Amino acid sequence: MDLLSFGKTGWGDELFFATLMTIAVSITALLIGFLFSLIFTPLKLSNNKFLNFVANFYTTIIRGVPELLVIYLFFFGGSGAIMYVASIFGYFEYIEINAFITGSVAIGIISGAYSTEVFRGAIQSIDKGQFEACKVLGFKKNIYFLKVIMPQMLRLAIPNLSNVWQITLKDTSLISVTGLVEIMRQSYIAAGSTRDPLFFYSFAAVLYLMLTFFSMKLINKLEAKYSRGF
Amino acid sequence: MDLGLMAVSLPKLLSATVVTLKLLSLSLFFGLIIGFIFATLRLNKNPIINKLAYGYSYVFRGTPLLVQIFIIYFGLGQIEYFRSTFLWVVFKEPYWCAIIAFALNTGAYTSEILRSAFETIKPGIIEAGKSLGISSKIILYKIQIPVAIRQSLPAYGNEIILMMKGTSLASTVTIIDLTGAAKHIVSTTYKPLEVFLLAGGIYLFMTFLIHNLIKYLEKKYSFQ
Repeated sequence: MDLLSFGKTGWGDELFFATLMTIAVSITALLIGFLFSLIFTPLKLSNNKFLNFVANFYTTIIRGVPELLVIYLFFFGGSGAIMYVASIFGYFEYIEINAFITGSVAIGIISGAYSTEVFRGAIQSIDKGQFEACKVLGFKKNIYFLKVIMPQMLRLAIPNLSNVWQITLKDTSLISVTGLVEIMRQSYIAAGSTRDPLFFYSFAAVLYLMLTFFSMKLINKLEAKYSRGF
Repeated sequence: MDLGLMAVSLPKLLSATVVTLKLLSLSLFFGLIIGFIFATLRLNKNPIINKLAYGYSYVFRGTPLLVQIFIIYFGLGQIEYFRSTFLWVVFKEPYWCAIIAFALNTGAYTSEILRSAFETIKPGIIEAGKSLGISSKIILYKIQIPVAIRQSLPAYGNEIILMMKGTSLASTVTIIDLTGAAKHIVSTTYKPLEVFLLAGGIYLFMTFLIHNLIKYLEKKYSFQ
């Protein structure tokens, strides 16, 4: 247990901050994912064939390619791409992107593909009569979406969104390859300098288990809140 | 875009794809066996056995695959005693460590898929079999298992695709699979975009094939 003590001799405080980093990256990535699904869910549901194709292209490609490859592409290709764009505008210095930003954008794009599918499924399984009733009552489009469709959609989406959250949380372990110090990276460092990989990786597993356990508790509460009356 | 580099690296990537497919098929094979065993344990009425099987699937589904590989590859080798047993022959190879980690991981998911498939079999089908005087062994083999397999096909298809993507993590323990080969080429040519896009295309093609295979099987074994 000495290894886990706080302060200079132990790895407790480092692992604690690494856990906070994992949580921060996961939440940022989830929110970026929601932003992406805010764009792509309407495209998926639209009647325009081209817009449909664009949205399907995004979700199919991201869900069909390993997460690690997407992260590599972003990490190794990202700064090159940005430097290329910057060179068009006459800026030729080396640009290094922050590992936190690259990581959460990469995971966010992956998470967005999954949550787009979840939102699409949830909206499609809302009874058609609800949409028609809104039209008959002459609601404005944004009001009927916010007040009628959204609450029903959330109820249907939350159980599947909890899966997306778990996937996102576990995917953040892959960002360790880019050097961002989250749970996995910190355990790697600690395992390397103490020559005790079994202990530190097992402890990392326990940390992840705790994160999934407590987040599930929280999500269950949310689920209960949104399924009032059903 | 450097098309020449893409043409040169394609054969290298394709030969690494064989490694990926080997990893995938072996881990799916062992994972299916593990999944079947744990699904039957989950359906066991004894609460202790039941809880143990649930604990296994909870732990492996709740932690990232990367941690599992690292524990098995870096962690287990640390135990002195373990290194003197015959198991060390298997565990000193990164290839087998990766397969063991993948098999345990996919086994946890498979056991959940199979359990829910067995639980959602309509009791009427089994009762019909019983009332016709069919022995319970034949009911299991001729009614329950085929229905459960059909029931679990869509979810298992997703699991195969997830596992195929998971095999890319083998590259973190020095195995030259498709991702590993791509990264190796990138580290010598500094052209990440071309090589990673090409590797992504190969992965996408495999996803497409698996997806269509499962669709075909679903149609073939549909109830109609």
